[in-house]
Amino acid sequence: MVFVVIVTAIIYILPSWKPALWPHKQINLGLDLQGGMHLVLEVDTEKAIESHVERISQEIRELLKKKRIRHVAIERVEGIKISAEVKKEESIEKFRALLDDEYRDLRELSDKKTDGVQTVMMDIPDSDRDQIEKLAVDQALETIRNRIDQFGVSEPDIRRQGENRILIQLPGIKDTQRAKDLIGKTALLEFKLVDDTQSLDSALEGNVPPGREILYKIDEDPQTQRTSKTPFLLKKRTLLTGAYLTDARVAIDSQFNEPYVSINFDKKGARIFERITGDNVNKRLAIVLDNHVYSAPVIQEKIAGGEARITGRFTTEEARDLAIILRAGALPAPVNILEERTVGPSLGADSIRKGLLSMCIGGLLVIIFMLIYYKTAGLIADVALFLNILLIGAGLAGLQATLTLPGIAGIILTIGMAVDANVIIFERIREEVALGRTPRAAIDAGYDRATLTILDANVTTLIAAVVLFQFGTGPVKGFAVTLSLGVIASLFTALILSRLIFNYISVNRKVKTLSI
Amino acid sequence: MQFVKPDVNINFIGKRKIAFAVSAVMILISIVSLIFHGGPRLGIDFQGGTLIQVKFSAAVKIDDIKTGLQDIQLGKSSVQQFGEEETNEYLIRTDSSVMTTEGFTTDVKNALASSTGDEVDIRRVEMVGPQVGRDLREKALFAMFYALLFITIYISGRFELKWMISGVMAAALIGAVYIFTLFNVSIPFLILLALLVALVLFWFLELKYAMGAIVALVHDVTITVGLFSLFDKEFTLAIIAALLTIIGYSLNDTIIVFDRIRENLRKYHKNPLEVILNRSINETLSRTILTSLTTLLVVITLFVLGGGIIHDFAFALIVGVAVGTYSSVFVASPILLAWQGRQRKK
Repeated sequence: MVFVVIVTAIIYILPSWKPALWPHKQINLGLDLQGGMHLVLEVDTEKAIESHVERISQEIRELLKKKRIRHVAIERVEGIKISAEVKKEESIEKFRALLDDEYRDLRELSDKKTDGVQTVMMDIPDSDRDQIEKLAVDQALETIRNRIDQFGVSEPDIRRQGENRILIQLPGIKDTQRAKDLIGKTALLEFKLVDDTQSLDSALEGNVPPGREILYKIDEDPQTQRTSKTPFLLKKRTLLTGAYLTDARVAIDSQFNEPYVSINFDKKGARIFERITGDNVNKRLAIVLDNHVYSAPVIQEKIAGGEARITGRFTTEEARDLAIILRAGALPAPVNILEERTVGPSLGADSIRKGLLSMCIGGLLVIIFMLIYYKTAGLIADVALFLNILLIGAGLAGLQATLTLPGIAGIILTIGMAVDANVIIFERIREEVALGRTPRAAIDAGYDRATLTILDANVTTLIAAVVLFQFGTGPVKGFAVTLSLGVIASLFTALILSRLIFNYISVNRKVKTLSI
Repeated sequence: MQFVKPDVNINFIGKRKIAFAVSAVMILISIVSLIFHGGPRLGIDFQGGTLIQVKFSAAVKIDDIKTGLQDIQLGKSSVQQFGEEETNEYLIRTDSSVMTTEGFTTDVKNALASSTGDEVDIRRVEMVGPQVGRDLREKALFAMFYALLFITIYISGRFELKWMISGVMAAALIGAVYIFTLFNVSIPFLILLALLVALVLFWFLELKYAMGAIVALVHDVTITVGLFSLFDKEFTLAIIAALLTIIGYSLNDTIIVFDRIRENLRKYHKNPLEVILNRSINETLSRTILTSLTTLLVVITLFVLGGGIIHDFAFALIVGVAVGTYSSVFVASPILLAWQGRQRKK
């Protein structure tokens, strides 16, 4: 059985040594050893609900307009409530009928009449909200996964954590800033009209006309890296969004030799785009991404075919990233970075070097100590120790666990702890020899009496390691894994393997005195 | 070769008053230091904040780094040398968890490069939001608590064959903790409360070994935490891992002694308990020292050679192993005597 275990261990551990030798998986290195980025994002689900409510209120407004029902105002208030104000009995009647027909799932909060104006407050029921929140997180996860896939990271790990958090691990990534920008952008693409009929200056002084907003275009000079902000007065209404995009690609402008992003709309989007451009010739159409104006070209003529271009002073890299996020689609809600841990590849290599060095030195010290103190028995303990390390490595590879820097520390610690079991046994054997037993009897008695003690002592460490595994994240989890593996391996090597060697020596060699 | 001669006979139990005094003083120092420092110094893992490890090609002045940080509104950061001096590495820390999106690392790089006039290599960035910090803090405390709980259940079950009692007690404790959480009691307080309840229960149920073990553990952890506070070192996730390891490991020695005490109680049940305790400790002394020695050997290697990131972790382990060895001889075993005193009074 011992033989089987050792051979299995060797089979598992070999690929990590020489990858070409065996088609099995290698030991995974954690982000702190190979460099990379660990991110925890939180999806701002509240914002997803807000935009859902906004959409509904806009829908109601348009429907009322279509049915010619006179209304005072339909607005989103207090974040996620809809307030509808309707005048005149007849209109109120019609409005109620409309609500009953089309918006049965809205929850009515209050309904009161003052000065002939009926004010109805509504919101979304809790079950629907949960649904929207869940959907938003799912969608965000999917979108981010798409973006990262297109960015090109080998073996990314993207998963949901808890209710509205997303855990992202990108091993080996170098340009972390770029990756973060790529992941974190909401990428809500909107087309809005520039209002040139009103005064921008007076709006900047604070008199923003109703239904208008000021957004900025931010330029960075590539030489001086100084940024400049240009204000635009826009009509608040969004004419078209990136939801209708089918493709986005980087192209190079032949005239200025500058990269731009060419986007394609689907059929419906193309029709809307054609109508917008047709209706607003000679006006400026602003292309807005996440509330920043990218460009605001004058519409020369009606554009059919559903193709548009986003220009700006992009570098090729920026244009490529923009194309990726547009292709992958917008996030349903903004995301916030809750936790970030980035380790550069050079630091990771340093950590590996230092970790292995302390492991070798520490191991050597223990091996020498055991040899001096226990002589032949110490040699047996050293063999057991060596196998112990082999087993931990094999366990890591076999379980596909990740080796982290604290994980290496865990292995070093178990080197010190693994010989403990042997020490306990050897001391017991010495005691038995002192009582005048024969070597054979002393060995048997020593192992029998020490076994339970060793088990007890190791179970407590194992309990601590398991609790740690439950609680830990990333690197700490790696420590818990190597510690548990080490404890189990040392139980095996001390109680079974070293005893086997002892038995072999005492039975086959018929020794008269124990070298212990 | 032998460090400890087989016929060694030191009167450990007789010196228990001195040992208790020493322990009491150490714990007192720990607590005073903790109060003086306003609790343990939490790292960004538990408090939220940002940590940046930078490397320069030549030595730079810390003040220059600070000037550079001032330009990008990070003037309140603390800057310190990290690792060995010749590596020219520095650790920048702020309490606020700055949003690290939108060109943050580039900003830091540019600002530092212009203020120090040297190439900057950003080797590590860690940002933890306050919310995550709070979550991790809670999780860490609960992890310590549950580790203690499970271990004492195991000890009382194994040593006194009172699985039922210890099981029921564990359920009661978990229940109590759950009820208290409903009342929004702060978590450190909650765990203190749970520990007190546990100790009182051990006392009345006469779970001697469990009592000895848990007192020794609390003793070890308190002193380790106290020393950390005394040296003004930071608590990070890795340190919690070290503390949990200490909880698991420092018991090894205690268990060896306890095992021998049980064995000797059967063998020499006519002798007074004090003599048996002393005999057991002396008999197992060599292995208590040796097991700790081999572990200390590797942990010290790690402390010296493991590099800056693992430094404090190794430090915690060194302290924990050392204190754990001391407590298994001088704290855990004498506690078993406590009941004897009670019986005499009756």
